[in-house]
Amino acid sequence: MNIVVCVKQVPDTWAEKRLSDQDKTVDRNGVDGVMNELDEYAVEEALRIKEAQGDGEVTVLTMGPDKSVETIRKALSMGADKAVHLVDAGLHGSDALATSYALAKALGTIEHDLVILGVESTDARMSVLPAMLAERLGASQLTFARKVEVGSGTVKIERQTDTGYDVVEASTPAVVSVVEKINEPRYPSFKGIMAAKKKPLTTLSLSDAGIEADKVGMAGSGTEVAEFAPRPPKQAGQIVKDEGDGGSKLAEFLASQKFI
Amino acid sequence: MAEVLVLVEHVDGAPKKVTYELLTLARSLGEPSAVFIGNGFDNAKDKLAEYGARKIYVAADAELDGFLVAPKAEVLAQIVSSSSPAAVLIPSTPEGKEIAGRLAVKTESGVITDAVGVDDGFVAKQSIFGGAINVSSKVSKGTPIITVRPNSTAPEAAPAQPTEEQVSATISDAAKGAKILDRVTEKKGGRPELTEAAIVVSGGRGLGEGKNFELIEKLADTLGAAVGASRAATDAGWYPHTNQVGQTGKTVSPQLYMAIGISGAIQHRAGMQTSKTIIAVNKDPEAPIFELVDFGIVGDLFNVVPQLTEEIEKRK
Ligand SMILES: Cc1cc2nc3c(=O)[nH]c(=O)nc-3n(C[C@H](O)[C@H](O)[C@H](O)COP(=O)(O)OP(=O)(O)OC[C@H]3O[C@@H](n4cnc5c(N)ncnc54)[C@H](O)[C@@H]3O)c2cc1C
Repeated sequence: MNIVVCVKQVPDTWAEKRLSDQDKTVDRNGVDGVMNELDEYAVEEALRIKEAQGDGEVTVLTMGPDKSVETIRKALSMGADKAVHLVDAGLHGSDALATSYALAKALGTIEHDLVILGVESTDARMSVLPAMLAERLGASQLTFARKVEVGSGTVKIERQTDTGYDVVEASTPAVVSVVEKINEPRYPSFKGIMAAKKKPLTTLSLSDAGIEADKVGMAGSGTEVAEFAPRPPKQAGQIVKDEGDGGSKLAEFLASQKFI
Repeated sequence: MAEVLVLVEHVDGAPKKVTYELLTLARSLGEPSAVFIGNGFDNAKDKLAEYGARKIYVAADAELDGFLVAPKAEVLAQIVSSSSPAAVLIPSTPEGKEIAGRLAVKTESGVITDAVGVDDGFVAKQSIFGGAINVSSKVSKGTPIITVRPNSTAPEAAPAQPTEEQVSATISDAAKGAKILDRVTEKKGGRPELTEAAIVVSGGRGLGEGKNFELIEKLADTLGAAVGASRAATDAGWYPHTNQVGQTGKTVSPQLYMAIGISGAIQHRAGMQTSKTIIAVNKDPEAPIFELVDFGIVGDLFNVVPQLTEEIEKRK
């Protein structure tokens, strides 16, 4: 079974994230980039499936600026076999509609049975991309998986829901998104890091992937940011040390705010 | 006035509160039409009228219940193409967002998720980066598709006499690719649902062991609140995963959020930072959760929480 894992480089989880004043996109300058945490679980799951099956290839696919190579390297050093990097200035500012189109096109250049991704990225936090990719690829949608079982030509997952989980099954090709409960991602070993340097990395431009330039980037997107502002600073809260009456003080506060 | 579609979120026909919120919001933007997909329409009909639906589209094909997301997006796409609404509002739940995403692809439209409000001209208000920045965005292509978070609008009844239109959806084989084999419920009943509750009381590692969640439950019950948990608590098996609040759990935005024995890791904040009033009890004065609070107690939760519960009981 051949698997593609889509990964994204995002600003470091603890870094203060900003929007750029110029074009209102996520400002990636001067912020350390890391692999989106949830994508590590996706890479891990792909590797586990491959290891259990004993055949097939794991390809990492990323769309993003040059710097995203760091994230590709990480996935390769965890154990992925090869990588495809979709990189083109024309992609800058793509929203979900444009990104799903571009990624679907890039996926068209890689033979695969399964696409695996994290349920959301820590910067955009939309969690719509896996479903949109399934729609574009005409593949079965198996999202929010906390457990994945691969049969011959079928995949069964436990989809995390509000009240528990659904058992959902589909035949391949399928798009799977994973939640963090699914596994514990491995750390790249020294050997893995060395091996990663020799693994094949293909770079795709818009035209390589057959992407129409007017369907991506800011102009090709379906949404635009009208304006943004930092949240008005919250008045510093009142913090009280418990002197044996902390519970009563809290109750007073709740009463003053009409919660009780 | 322009038609605004609202996708009804329901359990066996009984609409969830977010449906009434969206109908109320839609009324401020145009003429609300409800789209009901699935079984149990009889349980929904009167309620949708009460909250002002002028028209109700009903797609009650029994087949629709055994599949996820994709068929619902197909039904909506058919209605969008026949009625050309001014916008589509969908509850910002995991499934709602996925339906919105697929609908956006089908109709070549822009999609905005997690709106906390929608103004004239379908300008969506969002709060991003864990609540640090407020953004107004617009859909610039196709039909605006906006998912709106529960608790964003106060639901107001405005009785109407809706017309009904049966929609006979033709579901493609592709949309039926993923079949639901089983639905398993893990949640304990009796308390309000996390994402819909006006008050959420959450417990974390500070509780020390699972049994101590009783303290949280007691406090929650005196307030009619839902119970949440940090990932440390759900991972330890102290409380069900379905109650996890945070980046990979639920996003809640209640009137009041109480974090008990929770440090306030960034992944936790991502799920609760837009709560209107935030309270924390933590014995560590340096805990990052205190950066967010309106009111905080530095102290041992095993002293503070029982006293608080008792005090609330007394005041009732
Ligand atoms: C990919 C990923 C996703 C994640 N998603 C989530 C998520 O969705 N939700 C989530 O919550 N976390 C998530 N996390 C985990 C997160 O990073 C933290 O580890 C977690 O939130 C910590 O939980 P906690 O605050 O209960 O525990 P801790 O950080 O250990 O904090 C416990 C707190 O309790 C206090 N305390 C201890 N004893 C007492 C006492 N007797 N009285 C009062 N206070 C006391 C301590 O001072 C401390 O501040 C995620 C992490 C990753 C990597």
